[in-house]
Amino acid sequence: MSANDLYTLPFHTIGTADHNRVGGKCASLGEMTQAGVAVPPGFAVTTDAYQAMLDHHGLKAEIERHLAGADPDNLDQIDRAAQAIRIRIRSHHLPEAVEAAIRAAYAGMCAEAGIDDMPVAVRSSATAEDLPDASFAGQQDTYLWVKGADAVVGKVRDCWASLYTTRAVAYREKNAIPQVDVLMSVAVQKMVNAKAAGVAMSLDPNTGDRTKIVIDASWGLGEMVVSGVVTPDNFRVEKVLEEILDRKISDKHVELVGDPELGEAVERDVDDARRKIACLTDDEVLAVARLAKRLERQNKCPQDVEWAIDADLPAGENLLALQSRPETIWSQKPKEKPKSAYGVGMMGIVNTLNNPVGSKTRG
Amino acid sequence: MDVKKPLFPSAFDVKAPEGAEGWQELYPYYTRFQPARRAEDDEKFWFCNSQHWPNPLRPFDVIFLDFAIKCLGQYNSRHLLVPPANGIDYRILNGFVYFSPVAVAPQDIEARIPQFLDRAGHYFGNWNDLLANWKTKVMGMIDAMNAISFEELPDVVPVEWVKEGRGLDNTNALFEAYDKLIELSYKTWQYHFEFLNLGYAAYLDFFGFVKGQFPTIPDQAIAKMVQGVDSELFRPDDEVKKLARLAVELGVDGALMSGSVDEALSAVGKLPNGAQWLAAWDKAKDPWFNFTSGNGFYSTDKYWIDHLDIPLGYLRDYIPRVKAGERIERPTERLLAERDRITAEYREMMDEEAQAVFDGKLGLSRVVFPYVEDHNFYIEHWALGVFWRKMRELSKLLSKAGFWPDEDGMFFLSRNEVRDVLWDYGASWAIGTPNVGSAIWPAEVARRRALVKALGSESPLPALNNPPEVITEPFTIMLWGITSDAIDRWTGSADEGDGLKGMAAAPGTAEGIARVLRSPDQLGELQKGEILVTPVTAPSWAPVFGKIAAAVTDIGGMMSHAAIVCREYGLPAVTGTGNASARIKTGMRLRVDGNTGSVTILDKATGGGLVLPAFTPWMDP
Repeated sequence: MSANDLYTLPFHTIGTADHNRVGGKCASLGEMTQAGVAVPPGFAVTTDAYQAMLDHHGLKAEIERHLAGADPDNLDQIDRAAQAIRIRIRSHHLPEAVEAAIRAAYAGMCAEAGIDDMPVAVRSSATAEDLPDASFAGQQDTYLWVKGADAVVGKVRDCWASLYTTRAVAYREKNAIPQVDVLMSVAVQKMVNAKAAGVAMSLDPNTGDRTKIVIDASWGLGEMVVSGVVTPDNFRVEKVLEEILDRKISDKHVELVGDPELGEAVERDVDDARRKIACLTDDEVLAVARLAKRLERQNKCPQDVEWAIDADLPAGENLLALQSRPETIWSQKPKEKPKSAYGVGMMGIVNTLNNPVGSKTRG
Repeated sequence: MDVKKPLFPSAFDVKAPEGAEGWQELYPYYTRFQPARRAEDDEKFWFCNSQHWPNPLRPFDVIFLDFAIKCLGQYNSRHLLVPPANGIDYRILNGFVYFSPVAVAPQDIEARIPQFLDRAGHYFGNWNDLLANWKTKVMGMIDAMNAISFEELPDVVPVEWVKEGRGLDNTNALFEAYDKLIELSYKTWQYHFEFLNLGYAAYLDFFGFVKGQFPTIPDQAIAKMVQGVDSELFRPDDEVKKLARLAVELGVDGALMSGSVDEALSAVGKLPNGAQWLAAWDKAKDPWFNFTSGNGFYSTDKYWIDHLDIPLGYLRDYIPRVKAGERIERPTERLLAERDRITAEYREMMDEEAQAVFDGKLGLSRVVFPYVEDHNFYIEHWALGVFWRKMRELSKLLSKAGFWPDEDGMFFLSRNEVRDVLWDYGASWAIGTPNVGSAIWPAEVARRRALVKALGSESPLPALNNPPEVITEPFTIMLWGITSDAIDRWTGSADEGDGLKGMAAAPGTAEGIARVLRSPDQLGELQKGEILVTPVTAPSWAPVFGKIAAAVTDIGGMMSHAAIVCREYGLPAVTGTGNASARIKTGMRLRVDGNTGSVTILDKATGGGLVLPAFTPWMDP
C-alpha cells in the first residue's frame, strides 16, 4: 500500500475492509458510489492519516495530559481542556506524507472534473467508537465551498480538531471511552451547486409508518433544512405506489448558496418569486422518493438520506445523494405485535366478517 | 346523536316529484314503505342504491331488483349462514331503490359459525371444481334462454295438430315460454350469488389483514395485489381493439369510418380482404358483444349485439389511433409486473410471521377474485342480455296485437300484469273477440311512462332516517362503500368548500374540464381529455376511458365496477362522492386526486356561474 492509499481513498475504491478507517459517512458514500447511486465524487482522509498526525507530533500524550484528572461533571474544566486540545491540534502542520496524499487526491479530483481549485465540502466522518449521534448538526464540523489545496488541508485539520468539542469530550469521559483511542476520518467531496436540497426519510418520522417516504426540501444547500433555519416544503409519498400524497409548501425565506466571488457558501434572502412556491417539481419529488427507497433496499433498513439537486447537471441526472444513514428512532423500537394471533384460514374470514374494516365509530 | 332529529328524513315525509303523484301503484306492495309498518321502517337506516339502480324503475324492471336482492339474501342467511349478516331489505321510494342491511342478532352470531365453517369452507376448499360446474350451469341457462321464442298466435291451430289428436293449442307454448324465461332468469340470479358473497368475504379478509399491517395503505393498492389482468370483463373492449388493428392491417379501415352499420359492413365486404375482416367481426360478436352499456338491470339497457353502432363507434375511435402508431392494447404484461412489484414491496415490509399469513390470504384472494370480476360478463352482460332481447321480442309481439303502440310498452307493466295480458291475448284469440287490453293499456302505458319520467326529474335522497353509530355489514362496506366516513360525507360534515371527498379508487391526479353524464346514451358527448362525472359507471364504458383524464362518481365502493375499470385503465378516479354529479356542472375545471380521494372545483366560471349550494340531504335536490 502506498502512502497515498494509506492516507486517502477515493469513494469508488473504499472496500468493506476499509470501513473502520473511513468512518460511517465515507463508508456510506463509498457504498453508494459503488452501487451506482449518483454521489458527488470525492475521497476519504483515513483514520491512518489522523493517527499519523497524532503520532508525528506526540499529540496523544499531550491530550492525555490536558485531560488528566478531569472531572466529567465539571463542564468548565472540560471546556478549558477541550479548547486547549483543539488549539494544539490546529497549531501543527500535517505530516509531510499525509499532506502530500491529500494534495494528490484533491488534484486528482480537480483534474477529473477539469476544474482548477474545485470547490469542495470537507466533512467529518465519525468512527464507530465515537458518539452515536455525533454527526448531528453542528456537533462535528462541516466546511462548505472550500477551494484550493491549502484550504482543503487546513479544513481537514479543523475537522480533526472538532473531535475535541466540549460535548464530545464530556461524553467520552462520562462513558469511560479512552479519548485518544477515538479516531476520525474526513470526507472531501465535490461541492454541489444545489438548486434545492434536503432530507428524505424512508418512513414517516411522526408515526414510523414504513409505507411512506417523507421529504423536507428547501432552496439552496441542505444545511438550512438540517439546521432548522427555514421551514422546508414537506412532501409525503406513498412508497410502493410512488404517488405524492400531500404537499405542504412553506415560506422559505433564506437559502445557502455558493458565492464564487467570495469562495464560500453564503446565506441570502430568497427572492419573492420563489419563496412561496414548491422548490421541487412533482417529478423531482418522486425521484428523491425513489432514491430513498433504493437506499433503504440497499441498506436493508429505513434510511435518513441527505440529497441535493445540482443546478449544473441535466434534468434526470441532477439528483445527488450526499449521505445515507440508518433511521434510528423507529427502527430501534420493538414492533408492536397484534394483541391476538392473526386469524388464518376460515377463522380469519369469520373474524373479519364480524369486525370488518371501515366499521369505525362515527366521529 | 339527537334521536328526535334524524340526519335524513323519514320515507313517509318524502313527497313525490311534481307530476309523479300516485307513483306507488307502479310497484308491488312489498317494495313500498307501508304506513302500516311505519314504526319498523323508520327505525331502520336506508341508503339509496343508485350504484345499481341509477334511474327510476319501470314496473317490469322490478323483476331483477326482486331477484337480485332475494338471491343475495338467501346465500347469506340460508345457504352459508354468514355469521353477522343476513340479507338486505329493500324498498322503492320515488322510483329509486333503498337498501337496509339486516344484521344477525349478536347473541345468534356464535351459533352460525360452525355451519358457516362447514358450508363456506367446502366452497373455498373446492373452489375451482365448483366454479367449473357453475360455468356449465350458467351456460345451460344461457342456451335455454336462447332457445326460447315467442310465436304469434296463428289464425288456426295447425291442421297436423288436429289430425294427430294433440288436443292443445298454441297458447300453451306462449305461456310456457314466458314462465320459462322468468324461471331461467331467476335461477341465473341464484347462481350469480353462489360464489359472489364468498369472493367478497375472502377479499375482505385479505383487505382487513393488509390494513392492519399498514393502516394508511391506499385501498387501491390492496385491490391491485389481487386484480387480474385477463378478466373476461375486458374482453369486449379488447376485441374491438383487435378489430381496429386488423382493419388497418387489411386495409379495410377506410370503409368502416363512415355510414350506418349496414353501409359500413357492406362497404368492407366489397374490398379484397373484406371477407376476412367480416369473419373476425362475426366471431367477436358472439359472445363478446353480449355487452351492455348499462348494467343489465334495466329493460332500457342497450346491448352491443343489438346496437352494433355502439361497438362500431368505438372502432371508429380506435382506428385513427392505430393509424397514428398508438398502442391501444392494454399493457397486460406491465400490469402484471406492476401487480407483482406492489405485492412484493409491501410484503417485504412485514415481519416473517405476517408474511406467512399474508401469503395465505393473498393466495385465497387470487383464487376467488377472478369470479368477482368475471361473473359480471356471464350474468349481467351475457345471460341478462339474452333475457332482455327475448322480452323485447314479446313486447313487440304484443304491441302488434294491439296492447300498446310502442314496442317497449310491456315494460310499463309488472311481470304479473304481463301474465294477465298473455291470458287476455290467448283468451280473446280463442273466444274470437277483440282483447280487452287494447282498450286499456295504450292510455295506461302512456300515463305510467309520464310518471316514470316525472320520477326521474329529481335526484334521489342518499339515505333515510338515522344511520347506525357504526356501519358493520361487510358487504355493504365492500360493494357500496357505505362506511361511517361516507355517511359523514353525505351529511356534509366533511364538506370543504369547493372540494368533494370520496374514495381514492384509482391513483394519480388530473386536471381538466368536467363532463357530467347521467346516462350511457350521453357517452358520445365526451371530449378527449375531459373529466367524466357521473352517478355511476359500468364496465362497458371502458372504451371511453382511453379518452378521458379522470373519473368521478357519486357512489361506489372499492369493488364497484367503476373502481375496477379505472384501476385497470390507469386513470385517477374518485368514487362514492355522494353528490358530485349534482354539485359539478359540465364545463367546470376540476382537479381530481385519486390518491387522496378529493375533487376540487378550480374554476366555476366556466360552468356558467351557476353552482348548487353544498348539498343538504333533506333539502329538495
